Amino acid sequence: MISVQTEDFDAAAEYAALRDSGAGTGAIATFTGLVRDSGDTQGVSGLFLEHYPGMTEQMIAGLIEEASRRWDVRKARVIHRVGELLLQEQIVFVGVCSAHRADAFSACEFIMDALKTSAPFWKKELSESGEHWVEQKASDVARGEAWNT
Amino acid sequence: MTEQTLTVRFFARLREELGTEQLTLPADGEQTAGDLLAALASRGGPWAQLQGGQPVMIAINQAMAKPGSPVKAGDEVAFFPPVTGG
Repeated sequence: MISVQTEDFDAAAEYAALRDSGAGTGAIATFTGLVRDSGDTQGVSGLFLEHYPGMTEQMIAGLIEEASRRWDVRKARVIHRVGELLLQEQIVFVGVCSAHRADAFSACEFIMDALKTSAPFWKKELSESGEHWVEQKASDVARGEAWNT
Repeated sequence: MTEQTLTVRFFARLREELGTEQLTLPADGEQTAGDLLAALASRGGPWAQLQGGQPVMIAINQAMAKPGSPVKAGDEVAFFPPVTGG
């Protein structure tokens, strides 16, 4: 299931929902991303997140499908917030249920890495010195591409 | 007969710098996304950055596309900076 939303999410409730994925599930991997105080700029007080409604959900659905072809994925959950977010707020949640840990780790990491370089979201950092649209990082592109080799 | 048009959308830094979220343009037969970018860049001012400036990503009907991808009447073409979510 995929949600793009302005409101916060309850990671514990999402984890509980992932546990309800059948007796074949032996591993759950989750990732949560938070708003950090430094990025392209220092003293970040918050973020503004923009997305391309419709295309975003389609791209993430494609990533979950690809993960399901490559690894054992029994259930996957992606939540991404948009709009204004304050320091230390939750931005993104990825959770994957698999039979074994290696598949859960890989599928969760793949979805997160691929989301960063292919899902149409854009971050703007807000700080005392003003606003700054975040630049795409070569390191993020490299992590995304590493899954294709 | 109704005029043949396509929709162009801009996001994030481009949306702000162009001061434009959406445009409706006439669709003229044989056209690629790159042709559309070149035509928009020729408007000058902030539009010039659409060619030879920072990288511009292209989506046609909400799927990633390339400068050589054809665009036609009724299409939704989007131009945006490299994505930075997560």
